[in-house]
Amino acid sequence: ECFKNHSLLCYFRKITFEKQWFYLDNAIGHIYGTTFEVTSGGNLQPKQEVEEAATETKEAGTDNRNIVDDGKSQKLTHDDIKALKDKGIKGQEIVQQLIENSTTFRDKTEFAQDKYIKKKKKKYEAVVTIVKPSTRILSTMYYAREPGKINHLRYDTLAQMLTLGNIHAGNKMIVMETCAGLVLGAVMERMGGYGSIIQMYPGGGPVRAATSCFGFPKAFFDNLHEFPLSKVQSLLSGTFSTETLPAEPEESALLKEESNGLSEDKQQETEEEPAAEAPMEVNPAEEQDTMDMNAEDVEFKENKEKENKENVREKQIKQWERRKKLQEAAALLRERNADGLIVASKFHPTPLLLSLLEFVAPSRPFVVYCQYKEPLLECYTKLRERGGVINLKLSESWLRNYQVLPDRSHPKLTMSGGGGYLLSGITVLWERDKAGCTNPEALKVEEPSSKRCKLQDLPC
Amino acid sequence: MSFVEYGDTIKDGDTAIVFLGHESMFPVKVQHGTVTQTKYGVIRHSTDLIGKKYGSKVTCSKGGWVFILHPTPELWTMNLPHRTQILYSTDISVITMMLELKPGSIVCESGTGSGSLSHALIRTVAPTGHLYTVEFHQQRAQKAREEFQEHGVEHLVTVTNQDVCKNGFGVSNIADAVFLDIPSPWEAIGHAKSALKAEGGRICSFSPCIEQVQRTCLAMEEYGFTEINTLEILLRVYNVRTISLQIPDLGKAAEDNSSTGFDSSSPSHQASPCANPQQGTVQFKSGVPLREVVGHTGYLTFATKS
Repeated sequence: ECFKNHSLLCYFRKITFEKQWFYLDNAIGHIYGTTFEVTSGGNLQPKQEVEEAATETKEAGTDNRNIVDDGKSQKLTHDDIKALKDKGIKGQEIVQQLIENSTTFRDKTEFAQDKYIKKKKKKYEAVVTIVKPSTRILSTMYYAREPGKINHLRYDTLAQMLTLGNIHAGNKMIVMETCAGLVLGAVMERMGGYGSIIQMYPGGGPVRAATSCFGFPKAFFDNLHEFPLSKVQSLLSGTFSTETLPAEPEESALLKEESNGLSEDKQQETEEEPAAEAPMEVNPAEEQDTMDMNAEDVEFKENKEKENKENVREKQIKQWERRKKLQEAAALLRERNADGLIVASKFHPTPLLLSLLEFVAPSRPFVVYCQYKEPLLECYTKLRERGGVINLKLSESWLRNYQVLPDRSHPKLTMSGGGGYLLSGITVLWERDKAGCTNPEALKVEEPSSKRCKLQDLPC
Repeated sequence: MSFVEYGDTIKDGDTAIVFLGHESMFPVKVQHGTVTQTKYGVIRHSTDLIGKKYGSKVTCSKGGWVFILHPTPELWTMNLPHRTQILYSTDISVITMMLELKPGSIVCESGTGSGSLSHALIRTVAPTGHLYTVEFHQQRAQKAREEFQEHGVEHLVTVTNQDVCKNGFGVSNIADAVFLDIPSPWEAIGHAKSALKAEGGRICSFSPCIEQVQRTCLAMEEYGFTEINTLEILLRVYNVRTISLQIPDLGKAAEDNSSTGFDSSSPSHQASPCANPQQGTVQFKSGVPLREVVGHTGYLTFATKS
């Protein structure tokens, strides 16, 4: 509803938007925020500020006791209105005609007249405002138009994530999202090209459809890295480089340092979790979703490769570059000093958190979004057992919009539940062998498994 | 350390957050030779803090221990000394996003108050943006200046001690966004408009009462602001608890309501591996709302100058 008059696409071709079509050519050279009228030829014309002369006759009723709904108050028929439209008559004139031909208009209260005009204007006055893309605009738009593509992440929830995650210029962020690249874009906007981002992606490659809507300068992508989720375990266990590139000498040295990280069984545990604990009912549909996306992606890459079939050398260079980028991302992760972790995906959050937190420095915030509360309850418990995190908080935000008009102010609509849930916390330095018992909060944990930790803690 | 740049180790002069446990923490200014008292005993800055990594566990004199955290605007908001009523992170989040703030943004704010929002704004617009904040209370303005200096962000903020309703923000045509948290924001809308860039920008006004919102909206309309939109944001926090509910005795044989039939079908049991310890109860995890929550902070009215 709120985006009826907003277009975000800026390609110079025929645009279809809200049952209208137009060309954007005329919009070039105007400042952002300009409102245009759509003419019959699909051209845009900057809207002139019109004086509201429409209701000179300030006649109005006081109540509706004598207004009867007989369906005959409008003297213009559907065909009449269509004829007016076909003649290319301006929207505001059609609205004026509708008012003049409404027998009940004068009997309506002033407020009801106001409402009537607003409603008709919305329908007949084809106006388009062209605005600059931003997280505000894009996240509101995605939530209104394509909530399924962003896991129903409401814009105020996204706002909380950016703040709780202390996203700012200079950070080294890890982002794992399946929100069409909207969350990534929001993080990039807040970092303004300073610092680096490592995007973890499932399947064949990261989805950045929404990211591209932001219109970021090229430089913002210089320090944007990506790393496949499927390689996370091998990176953590130190077996990563063997299955990819012939490692460079300093690479193997780095690997040795890392290999004394996690113990094998712990990794297996996290690896098995998604399959065992993902809710069965949602799985088929969502898997389908992944496959579609991946298929597209794979196809795209295949086509690209076909073009290069003759030129094997070029292909090799490309592959080498891709591997180099992958190695760069891997090297950044291996430092295990990220300044934060943002997760907003369709996957179960627990295994993602347990693995990806390994790459985050101590005293840094992390935020996990989930459309549902229950997986976050489990994630909370598992993180408490693991240790190395404090100030865990499970929250939800409620958003209420208001109509503010003289003598007519009231809440518009309540949006509860649909905006998703957040689990946030702060990492701390963590003695691995005593994991789970280093935190005063952990002593209060409800899980019996924490007792085992307590026992381990006793000797020290 | 600075509020706009992470550092790894604690240094002399840093502001650090001492985390004692659940929601219990306080800020401390790290200084050689200083000691800080906690309920777990004494922390000696020279030996216990300086040179240690942020996020470290520090053992206090009585054997208890705390975590030392890197400061962030969010932790500061939870721990700052109140000189006024403050804005909390839930509202701050929405303000920041809806004002479209990012590195490089120029923001005007009034009043400065206790600087809760100011720190968050500075964090977001750094390193190339700037905050012009106006506070008519002389001592509060001075205290804010001192804090910004202590926190290593003074180059990103200008504090002006004047009445925004009478004298405006002291700048014109340079701001990308304006934020108002004053008793009569409608008196400052004109000044806000002239502070904003000629090509436009965003404005937000925070008011606890709907009557204030009404007058502000009218003023915004009068000054030609568009996209006027009022909203309210509330946070609900959940405690994660394991709940056990007793199974009522309906007079069946004992084995009938033992774990075999009822519990194995309960999905929550797969999630929590702990088998039910007592007979005749079902356990599940729940997110329990707090007994008392914030029901209202203020209305946020946003608009665009274009």
